[in-house]
Amino acid sequence: MLRDHLISAAHLSRDDIEAVLDHAAAIDADPEIVHGRHAGRVLALCFFEPSTRTKMSFETAMKRLGGDTVDMGAVESSSVKKGESLADTVRVIEGYADALVLRHPSEGSAKLASEFVDVPLVNAGDGAGQHPSQTLLDLYTIRENAGLDDITVGIMGDLKYGRTVHSLAHALTEFDVRQHFISPESLRLPRNVRYDLHEAGAQVREHTDLDEVLPELDVLYVTRIQRERFPEEREYREVAGEYRIDNEVLASAPDDLSVMHPLPRVDEIAPEVDETTRAKYFDQAHNGVPVRMALLDGLLGGEA
Amino acid sequence: MSDTDKELRVSKIRDGTVIDHVTAGQALNVLAILGIDGSGGESVSVGMNVPSDKLGLKDVVKVEGRELSQSEVDVLSLIAPEATINIIREFDVIEKNRVERTDSVTGILVCPNHNCITNADEPVRTEFAVLDDGVRCSYCGTMVREGDVAEHIDTRGSGETDL
Ligand SMILES: [Zn+2]
Repeated sequence: MLRDHLISAAHLSRDDIEAVLDHAAAIDADPEIVHGRHAGRVLALCFFEPSTRTKMSFETAMKRLGGDTVDMGAVESSSVKKGESLADTVRVIEGYADALVLRHPSEGSAKLASEFVDVPLVNAGDGAGQHPSQTLLDLYTIRENAGLDDITVGIMGDLKYGRTVHSLAHALTEFDVRQHFISPESLRLPRNVRYDLHEAGAQVREHTDLDEVLPELDVLYVTRIQRERFPEEREYREVAGEYRIDNEVLASAPDDLSVMHPLPRVDEIAPEVDETTRAKYFDQAHNGVPVRMALLDGLLGGEA
Repeated sequence: MSDTDKELRVSKIRDGTVIDHVTAGQALNVLAILGIDGSGGESVSVGMNVPSDKLGLKDVVKVEGRELSQSEVDVLSLIAPEATINIIREFDVIEKNRVERTDSVTGILVCPNHNCITNADEPVRTEFAVLDDGVRCSYCGTMVREGDVAEHIDTRGSGETDL
């Protein structure tokens, strides 16, 4: 099991991933196995940008392990606002807690913070960089629905700035997965991620049109294209419209396609898809708790 | 007669460093790596496009009273892979080293990603992994091609980023 920091999905081996997913499955089946295991221990939540979902998921996971959480609160009311460095902030908070969860708007912030603390630190999103705990729950969901070997996964939307996409793509190279990336040209995968996938020997193809690959997919992972990525409203509307899915778009997809989304969604998946068996995004969100319980249990040294 | 001998006869220095066999056109970038812009008062002489048996044309940089740190040598190896570093004491070359490509370089280079944590006001030196065709920020993953490395040398005064 992991005993160190979790900064990037690129650092996770197949064994690391499977250990967390297996443990998460065991917890999911019987939460009693970890009941009260981390009583008296404290997880610090350091969120330098708002995220209700990820924060609540970590908070729930820690409480279900018997532990407690302390929350840095909003940046506006903290010493960060007064110009304190991230390095100083985490060194102070380390003294209050047994582990840290960090969300920060700058790429590389989690790596930097981890260099200043001795307790385990989990990267819960560093700018457009990485979001590895999200990846673990994504992999858990993929494994439950399609398995993780000999499958074809399509990842669509904002591939340039989407940190969940970067983390997932890295992690999928550890498995026998064909990866297809579907996005407008301006939001394709960044060069460094393409380089890593190539180095890892992954089977990767890029497309601008979902129809080209939809019939082959076992999993379609949709992400939001954000308004602020485009200089003009009109351009945004045009592009976003092309990467929106509903039951009509999905007509040519296999019946057992799993549609995933890291949520929150705006309108990139029509609500009518929710009612179909293809919709896995709410299960995916719920999986965040057992997966983060398994992750924290490992990082806090809870394995018997 | 070697390139260095020819050069040293032109303008000898007493104590310091001669960086020879610098890729032609890179002399000013070498000065940038060393954090030398003249304001520090160092005595510096630069030869550009000097005929060389080995390279055709080369640049040469001579700095009085200054030796190079490991970080400076590491970055030098990226922009002038053929360079030799001659340490001079009392007009004699007492040590001569080739630059060697390393696995990573710390300090001196600046990450081109403005949103990288190394560009925030944090107590950290930049670190780049050296790849076959360039370097890559160890913090945010941004890559810089070999030919573009010189554009990302820290020019905020000293070559070393202050801690
Ligand atoms: Zn960087």
